[in-house]
Amino acid sequence: MKLAGQATRFPVRGTGPAERMAGFAAHLRGNGLKVGVEQTGAALQAMETISITDPYEVQLALKALCTTSKAEFGQFDELFAAYWLNRGREKAGQAKATHDQRQRSSSIEQQDGTAGGGRADQTDPDGDGAAEQDGTGRMTGSRIRNLMRVDMREFVTSADMAEAEATAERLARALRDRRSRRHKADTRGARLDLRRIIRASLATGGEPIRLYHRKRPDRPVRLVAILDVSGSMAIYARVFLAFLKGLMGADQTTDAFLFHTRLVRITEALRDPDALRAVNRLSLLAQGFGGGTRIGANLAHFNRAYAKRLVSGRSVVMILSDGFDTDPAAQIGDELARLKQRGCRVIWLNPLKGWQGYAPVAAGMAAALPHLDLFAAANTLDSLAALEPELKRL
Amino acid sequence: MSEWRALQGQLSGAGYVASDDLAMALHLALVLGRPLLLEGAAGVGKTEVARTLAAIRDTRLIRLQCYEGLDAGHAIYEWNYQRQLLAIRAAAESGETGADVEARIFSERFLLARPLLEAIRQPVAPVLLIDEIDRADEEFEAYLLEILSDYQISIPELGTITATTRPMVILTSNATRDLSDALRRRCIYTYVDYPDRATELAILARRHPGLDARLIGQIVGFVQMLRKEELEKVPGVAESLDFAAALAGLGVNDLTADPVALQAALVTLLKTQRDRAAVPTEVAQRLAGKAA
Repeated sequence: MKLAGQATRFPVRGTGPAERMAGFAAHLRGNGLKVGVEQTGAALQAMETISITDPYEVQLALKALCTTSKAEFGQFDELFAAYWLNRGREKAGQAKATHDQRQRSSSIEQQDGTAGGGRADQTDPDGDGAAEQDGTGRMTGSRIRNLMRVDMREFVTSADMAEAEATAERLARALRDRRSRRHKADTRGARLDLRRIIRASLATGGEPIRLYHRKRPDRPVRLVAILDVSGSMAIYARVFLAFLKGLMGADQTTDAFLFHTRLVRITEALRDPDALRAVNRLSLLAQGFGGGTRIGANLAHFNRAYAKRLVSGRSVVMILSDGFDTDPAAQIGDELARLKQRGCRVIWLNPLKGWQGYAPVAAGMAAALPHLDLFAAANTLDSLAALEPELKRL
Repeated sequence: MSEWRALQGQLSGAGYVASDDLAMALHLALVLGRPLLLEGAAGVGKTEVARTLAAIRDTRLIRLQCYEGLDAGHAIYEWNYQRQLLAIRAAAESGETGADVEARIFSERFLLARPLLEAIRQPVAPVLLIDEIDRADEEFEAYLLEILSDYQISIPELGTITATTRPMVILTSNATRDLSDALRRRCIYTYVDYPDRATELAILARRHPGLDARLIGQIVGFVQMLRKEELEKVPGVAESLDFAAALAGLGVNDLTADPVALQAALVTLLKTQRDRAAVPTEVAQRLAGKAA
């Protein structure tokens, strides 16, 4: 990792306490903590109120001053020991302990930086290479018209991806616009703005003639998308990632996860301004896993680790999966029921549903059905675009 | 003895057993005059810190409970509109001039001070508890940031009110959403975790002095093991205090002695139907047996 280049600066080099403190601040910054001049100053000030010769006290004080989140709080003791107690052990340990998110995105950046775009292609043998020619060959001539109806398995070129992303973005934007309009109309005049009324009434001799209203702020629906990238879904994975990217682009509060045998939060990676690079990175990430699909276990993980923070009564959880699960089917039902208790709406988009003669007979899918607010096809862009009225209804 | 140890001792004397992390953070917040941000699961005693601090400093506790949609009118100040209307009516009959009326109805008498304004107008520095800041909207967070850096509030009709004393500010958060970096940077931070065994023993012994030491040991062992089970709502310190009180009320002297009473007392620890179902009598007895 990039961080490996930053060696610990041992305090021996510093002389006065101010200099050593500055060195420590640099050490913390190098390890991802946001320590500014303000903190360093406060730290020096704080040292005057504690016994500076007691390392434990100094550690406690600096910890309170320099950390700003739970992750940093947990990581601090090790960083402190590495710098002040000359253990010389820092970088390897810290990387694991920092925010998963930041670490993941930086390690992906790294891959991208060293290997460039070529590497993404290499690890995707059935993607861009031969398949690309194959795919475009078949769709030549009628591509623009047909793209909306072509099964997304056929989507292989970057233009197709861009189209998928644009559809998603339109979908998400349409949703949001509609939401805010309706909210305004519903709550208009729900409360009087007495402050303005009184002020205006002075002009009319104390008679409140002009009435001012207050409306509640818009509270847009928060979207959480969970994408299955297991073997059976692999053919759709790239285009769905582009779709997720589009959803994220429309709204800053959207969150995205992908799962296989493990659940990974990909919100940060998807916010990469370069769509193709993000999709390529994530394809790599997706292929990094192995084995079957564990929908139940991953939903359980989501419920435990993220649901409390991300899912509320105004959330829509969108699951993109074909429902083939190697875990006991009952677990999916249980976990969805638990998720529903948070008051959210659950949408399941299944690419197989668009196929003729599909019935949700896979045990996992059958177990999930009673808990879903919407179960829809998602194998063509048309089917995704057709979701809009359905989503409005939710 | 250093200052922060003394503070820890004072807190303990007032019935609050604080970890070293917390005591040091509180000490620094007080000496540096910065707000203290406490994060942690529900029921680990975040709010109680403020209450205890107010008690040992013998000052007022002013509490602002945050909720979604909290606005300036509820957090800072509001005019008393009903009184203003009455005053305007009365003035019309007595023939007071418009300027006089305006000066009068926008004076202190007609001002309703909400927690934030009240906190900066106290003669003795109070403890200002801003509870569950993560529930308030982000816009409010930004406004709060402004007040916490200047300690002054401007009211268009009255002018700027500057703090007579600086309140000791404690913010708590349950981490239901991420707070802004700007707010975090302004604050001294500490994460309050579930207490370890020794701390929890000390808390229970202090809060329930009447209880038998052996029973307290059992209770703490039981609760600590329960926290490791897969529960939706992990019991905090508040819950274990309730649990101890319930056992005392039921006249239980030994956790393993009376399965029915233990199961009945579990209502104070397990707060959802699912958690209740996850800990049937056999499981509770097994845990109690291990704890004993």
